[in-house]
Amino acid sequence: MPERSKSERPMIEIAHVTRSYGAFKALDDASLTIREGEFFSLLGPSGCGKTTLLRMIAGFDNPTSGSIAVDGQEMLGIPANRRPTNMVFQSYAIFPHLNVEQNVGYGLKRLRLDATEEKRRVEEALAQVSLTGLGKRGATELSGGQRQRVALARALVMRPKVLLLDEPLSALDKKLREQMQVELRRLQQAVGITFILVTHDQYEALAMSDRIAVMFGGKIAQVASPKEIYQRPVNRQVADFLGGMNFVKAEIVEENGASMTVDTLGFGRVKTDKPAAFVRNGKAATLGIRPERLRVLWDDAKDKHEVAGTVVDRHYFGEITHLIVDIPGLEKPLSVTETNNFGADDIPVGAPIRLAYDPDALVAMAD
Amino acid sequence: MSGLRKILSNWLPAYAFLYIVFLYLPVIFLPIFSVNTSASPKFPLSGFTLKWYEELPHTPALLDAAWNSLMVGVSAAILSTVLGICAARAITRYRFPGRRTINGLLMAPLVLPEIIVAVSMLLVMLQLGLSLSLVTVVLGHVLVCIPYSLSVLTSGFEGFDRSLEEASADLGESAFGTFRRVTLPMVAPAIISSLLVSFTISLDEFIMAFFLTGTESTLPVYIWGQLRFASKLPGVLALGTLLLVGSFVLLTLAEILRRRAARRTQNTGGVFA
Repeated sequence: MPERSKSERPMIEIAHVTRSYGAFKALDDASLTIREGEFFSLLGPSGCGKTTLLRMIAGFDNPTSGSIAVDGQEMLGIPANRRPTNMVFQSYAIFPHLNVEQNVGYGLKRLRLDATEEKRRVEEALAQVSLTGLGKRGATELSGGQRQRVALARALVMRPKVLLLDEPLSALDKKLREQMQVELRRLQQAVGITFILVTHDQYEALAMSDRIAVMFGGKIAQVASPKEIYQRPVNRQVADFLGGMNFVKAEIVEENGASMTVDTLGFGRVKTDKPAAFVRNGKAATLGIRPERLRVLWDDAKDKHEVAGTVVDRHYFGEITHLIVDIPGLEKPLSVTETNNFGADDIPVGAPIRLAYDPDALVAMAD
Repeated sequence: MSGLRKILSNWLPAYAFLYIVFLYLPVIFLPIFSVNTSASPKFPLSGFTLKWYEELPHTPALLDAAWNSLMVGVSAAILSTVLGICAARAITRYRFPGRRTINGLLMAPLVLPEIIVAVSMLLVMLQLGLSLSLVTVVLGHVLVCIPYSLSVLTSGFEGFDRSLEEASADLGESAFGTFRRVTLPMVAPAIISSLLVSFTISLDEFIMAFFLTGTESTLPVYIWGQLRFASKLPGVLALGTLLLVGSFVLLTLAEILRRRAARRTQNTGGVFA
């Protein structure tokens, strides 16, 4: 997807926000700027503080210290019902005693629009989420996917500056979830509203976001584009959370501005980019390479960069095969993902194997 | 072992049938004898009549008692429901130390020997210098009704998804507006159900009313008084039948409403979800 030109105007500014519950810090000095019109994801395991942060933006929780501004306006002391944000709840929170139309029009009642304008906006919101014609349906007669759409329409109809989504897809089955990911993304591009999505599903965040903030233990570990986060994680924790990663011990030989040279057992001497967030800690460093960046070399094929080893295990996953390859000198065997085009699923355990790699795929990170 | 099982499987239905008969046969005699022409409740029945029912509205003492019962019932229902709302809200919404204990203590009057409670109440009322009247009966009935109110309301409030109130605030509604547009409509069936149940309990309650009333009697106390006169028995049977039917209708209505409330709050997941 080509990069869309985006406003650089900040929509949400979170500055040094901490939320303590006694000695426990749910959020620890978090700072973050989210731009206007951005699809932004807060990604992390449960208990990392992502939902706490979202609820603070919505006004359901208050920071112990720090400030949150929406569109240049400080939000501290402004209650939830007077903030320019709307939320799609994890449970959807559809009012069970109202029908679809009444649910979607709930917030409009306060605006005292004339009846035809109110009806027009409800219809428009229902059309946006492909629920046209279901306005009279009762809230308890809806499927999971429909409930999700009603929750979306109910928030969008308010035309918020920011739409907050708290794990909106976690209750749906896999197929519906993937379909809704595409739809949500398309909807966001159509309405142009800033979306903030909280999720623990790395694929969801990677597939939908313009930028992602990865959080652990109340702290923001990295903020970057999905590609950057996946390919250049700042530390092992981020790398691990975003999917499989082989870690290789390295020793720094030379540091030179934005690049450095390291020695490894197995991969030999490698010249690699030095990430901006890299913090040197003695001579030791860690290199990481994603399993799909290692390629099986068949027969007599040669590559400038290759390692040789033995297949010790094999797992079949339909379209791909995971090979576990023991490389002399490495403390842990490498995990390799290969498509089943060429017969990776037939490589016998115990067979010798050669793997090609691109040195650019070896990324240095803090331990 | 299998022999025992065989005997059980043959005799269990018969046992269940006898059980039900024992429970409900006396209750069925009540309406049957209330339309019998003979003044004494004996088989064979001598003939069908509605005269016992026709006499009811022409008995001033009975009308007074009915009015008293209505007043006591309405007051006790409102009081125990209001108190029950506070308790049920606290118990279902907040986690605080002693929550289970408090719930148990509130439910205890259900199993305490009522005569002991009634005598204790009488002593307390007299110590406090209250003169016995319908007011003291109401107080006694509130104590008896609270467990019923509480259990109906708790089942209505339980599982009330807090995010519904948050969603309302998020959509711009004030705290009062949220209460009016979301909270109240969702719990209204449980509240009405609690009112109906406590009213019915109060209407039929005898021991508290007997001990705590002054000169005015409620319906059950009036019935008790009438039993001394054999000639009044058919009238009592007719009145008892009416009370039975009334209670049955009210309690059925209450249960329907309670289930509707529970469905609203608990089953926020769709039927297909």
